[in-house]
Amino acid sequence: MSWLVHYNYWIVIVLMMIGLYLVMARHILPRKIIGLNVFQTSVFVLFISMGAVNDASAPILAEGITQYANPLPHVLILTAIVVGVSTTSLALALIVRINEAYGTIDEERIHQIDEED
Amino acid sequence: MMLTATAVALLCIQSLFVAAMLTGIYSLLSAALFVLLDAVDVAFTEAAVGAGITTVLFLGMLARIPSRPEQYRKLHLRVGPMLAVLITGAALIYATHDMPAFGDPKAPANVHVAPRYINDSAREVGPPNIVTSVLASYRGYDTLGEVTVIFTAGVGVLLLLGHRRRREDRDAP
Repeated sequence: MSWLVHYNYWIVIVLMMIGLYLVMARHILPRKIIGLNVFQTSVFVLFISMGAVNDASAPILAEGITQYANPLPHVLILTAIVVGVSTTSLALALIVRINEAYGTIDEERIHQIDEED
Repeated sequence: MMLTATAVALLCIQSLFVAAMLTGIYSLLSAALFVLLDAVDVAFTEAAVGAGITTVLFLGMLARIPSRPEQYRKLHLRVGPMLAVLITGAALIYATHDMPAFGDPKAPANVHVAPRYINDSAREVGPPNIVTSVLASYRGYDTLGEVTVIFTAGVGVLLLLGHRRRREDRDAP
């Protein structure tokens, strides 16, 4: 089963590519943001899976436990989750604003309107 | 597996409302995955912030955007992005052969600074939860930067959305 030891990376890559495809191929703006979210979560899973250790316990000190998971990726991802929500909220506010200015959230329509002006 | 299935469903779903709900489900499933990977702090943050607040934000945005027929237009496969994504994915999977195995205690990520945090944080900082010690003490500047980002994003959202309300107030009388 030695070829299976990297399966966590493969799941991450599949999720990452789904996110990338959503960002690249969809021209309804909220769908792009959803794609970014999917991509973001795949990076979270990448970090956390790199910090996971076989037969380890959650990094909370307790009697009788010798093997803990790596706490450093957990800290980095805690920060990243909150930052991710901030950027998502800003992006969604921008979409609301774009919808007010252009009357559409379709990227191609926005380009058309820009060219007409 | 369910995580991947939800993400695939996100590819095909047409209604924006259903897509927003699926994003919430996706976040919640990833939180469950984090519990399995021993990252309990990350799991409850993801469940509360990722699954909770993000979904509320999406619904708030959808409420402010009138529903249009163009949102329900049939989604078609686009060849160019698909090709780019497949090539990138293949290259990344090829690159994983040099990565350490999953759960390896001797992986470079697990032997460098993590043992110091695990062995000394109880004496140097105090709380039994190592993640708390690292977050608040060893990497406190990260958390300060995080607060700055939240503040900036909050100001940005207020500037973007508060603008219209003020103009309506001026126009009203």
